[in-house]
Amino acid sequence: MRRLLPADDTVSPPLSRERWRDRGYHEAWERALTLGPQTVIEWVTAAGLTGRGGAAFPTGQKWASVAQSADPVKYVVMNADESELGTFKDRALLTRDPWGALAGLAIAAFAVGAHEAYVYLRGEYADVERLLEEALALAPWAEAGSYPLAVRLIRGAGAYIAGEETALLNSIEGRRPEPRVKPPFPTARGLWGHPTVIQNVETLANVAVLLAHDVAWFRAVGTEAAPGTKLMAVSGHVARPGVYEIPMGLPLWTLLTAPEYAGGIGGSGRLRAVLLGGAAGTFLTADECRAARLDNLALQPFGASLGSGAVMVFDDTVEIRQVVRQVAGFFAEESCGQCVPCRIGTRRLLEQLSASTLDIERLRDLGGAMRDASICGLGQTAPQALLSYLDRPSLWPRTSKEEECHA
Amino acid sequence: MRDTVSLTIDGVPVSVPQGTTLRAAAEAVGHEVPTLCWHENLAPANACRACVVEVEGSRALVAACSRVAEPGMVVHTRSPRVERARRVVAELLASAVDISLAPTVAALVEETQSEPERWEGARTAPPVRDDNGLYVRDYAKCILCYRCVEACGAEAQNTFAISVAGRGFDAHIDAGWDRAMPESDCVFCGNCVAVCPTGALMDRTEWTLRQEGRWDEAAIHTTDTVCGYCGVGCALTLHVLDNRIVKVTSPDDHPVTHGMLCVKGRYAYQYVQAEESGDGPLV
Ligand SMILES: Cc1cc2nc3c(=O)[nH]c(=O)nc-3n(C[C@H](O)[C@H](O)[C@H](O)COP(=O)(O)O)c2cc1C
Ligand code: SF4
Ligand code: SF4
Ligand code: SF4
Repeated sequence: MRRLLPADDTVSPPLSRERWRDRGYHEAWERALTLGPQTVIEWVTAAGLTGRGGAAFPTGQKWASVAQSADPVKYVVMNADESELGTFKDRALLTRDPWGALAGLAIAAFAVGAHEAYVYLRGEYADVERLLEEALALAPWAEAGSYPLAVRLIRGAGAYIAGEETALLNSIEGRRPEPRVKPPFPTARGLWGHPTVIQNVETLANVAVLLAHDVAWFRAVGTEAAPGTKLMAVSGHVARPGVYEIPMGLPLWTLLTAPEYAGGIGGSGRLRAVLLGGAAGTFLTADECRAARLDNLALQPFGASLGSGAVMVFDDTVEIRQVVRQVAGFFAEESCGQCVPCRIGTRRLLEQLSASTLDIERLRDLGGAMRDASICGLGQTAPQALLSYLDRPSLWPRTSKEEECHA
Repeated sequence: MRDTVSLTIDGVPVSVPQGTTLRAAAEAVGHEVPTLCWHENLAPANACRACVVEVEGSRALVAACSRVAEPGMVVHTRSPRVERARRVVAELLASAVDISLAPTVAALVEETQSEPERWEGARTAPPVRDDNGLYVRDYAKCILCYRCVEACGAEAQNTFAISVAGRGFDAHIDAGWDRAMPESDCVFCGNCVAVCPTGALMDRTEWTLRQEGRWDEAAIHTTDTVCGYCGVGCALTLHVLDNRIVKVTSPDDHPVTHGMLCVKGRYAYQYVQAEESGDGPLV
């Protein structure tokens, strides 16, 4: 299923004017200008598009609230910070089809009435940076219409937390990327205090293909509650790791094993677990992987969600407890340090997981408090992988000695 | 009733003026919410999370110090989730930081029946920074409440000499590239010292007396006066121990100062006394 990723037989170079037309972005932009801001927002809302950066918030709702603000200054921001563990789909998308997300950004700006846009790019993506610089110099949207729009490219400096939307705003403003307290949400008080739409790369690319077609076309794929496609970044023990575009609701097992997707379990060939959604994600056992469908509603019974679309696959030679510890190390490293539950809690989680025995009750206490009381999504989800591991004794070490460990 | 908001706190219906925080609203019904980083004259930092409360319909707990009351909110200040969060916050702080001179943290540990021993591990233990004549910094006591940063910045002093550097467990207060205070932008107003709730920042006089075992809180008496250095009219509270001024503060509720002073009001007493005794601090 290819919508966002161009077909393999696409011949036009990614940054060419031919590609801008081939992919229908020229038409999408013209259509947006013809329909007018309000109808564009109605389309996005009717399409049921939700954010692809992790939180799955309804995109049209964000746009409507910024559009209706009386503040004459508004901003739109493309979140291309992509630093979640196991997540590399935005990079693939921007490399293979850079116009899509940029067309979506221009359409978003037009729809909410913003004349300044930002692209916040992960610092390590130097190749994508060059590509985007070139794209912004060409700016095909500036020719087709009369809508004035300045787009600036900002490079991140290597902090996972800068991808959190309010930390990202602070970073653009030249401040330390510490998350702000919400509410107020960026749609009410965003960049320099003005209403701001922040959208993931993939969300914006969806906007472009939606406007290149129509709402019925968009909804023809996926589920009623989650229409459209999703990019999944599959890594670890599979035959063919990579980025795959799936219809929402596809069985996880199909993604792991079908020849057109990851092509089967790699390594020992025996699946132990999948970490779905990145470091902030949920472990699924092999049995759960056979039962789960990839949309947020269907994943609820598993306590999981798609998150950023990261699928990390572990065969039965991997000690999942070690993975849990590594994830804890990641969060201890990446916490911004602003609030107590996360600043000290991530360190304590790492220390507890480095010990030879685990005190489950204590870990649940800490995990629960972090989830409840941290300021932002980082601290709130830092214990998620651990808690899902504790809920699945079949993933615990199998030797009898270690059964005591978890007593 | 256009300007009031009605909500329920712990089952008690209450109406408060629009813009009232949940902290203030809870106080109004007599259910005080504990706070560590919150300070009446500074913008809420939202950092300590001791004040979290449960708002029905909200996934995570919310900070009562900054969240404004909304019509129809149903708030719980003592639910099991709230109590667990508070206890863990107290435990984590006590497990990482020297709270011996932090009464509010100690009270929270007590009140929540915390067991900080559960979290034995790395502690914040940088060496004491004793680099200027007016105050001493012992960041092993710092809970990173952001009060000093705010007092030095837009909330009072507008000097922006200090900020938070580093991340995660290593986040700390810094005057820029780890500089000593005299090399920084600091103007030695001591407002950061005045708002510090933990003793991490301490006037040199108090620090020296404590080192010598001669600081006796009970024996200190205070006298209110007005600063004579300029015409602004800042209120001063002189703290006197053994006939010697050992500290100068200003009342937090004073309309001119809001507790903030300049280097002269706060520290010039040291020069006066130094001249008399022939020795004393130099900045
Ligand atoms: C710690 C943390 C890191 C995040 N990193 C990213 C990121 O790299 N890219 C992204 O699009 N969203 C990231 N998010 C989610 C954003 O805060 C925000 O929800 C998203 O950019 C909104 O766009 P969307 O609605 O199109 O998904 C992160 C969130 C958290 C809590
Ligand atoms: S939860 Fe962690 S990353 Fe988020 S604000 Fe608190 S300390 Fe920073
Ligand atoms: S003494 Fe004044 S200027 Fe110096 S750091 Fe403290 S608040 Fe800032
Ligand atoms: S030095 Fe004091 S005021 Fe500053 S952050 Fe630490 S505890 Fe708070």
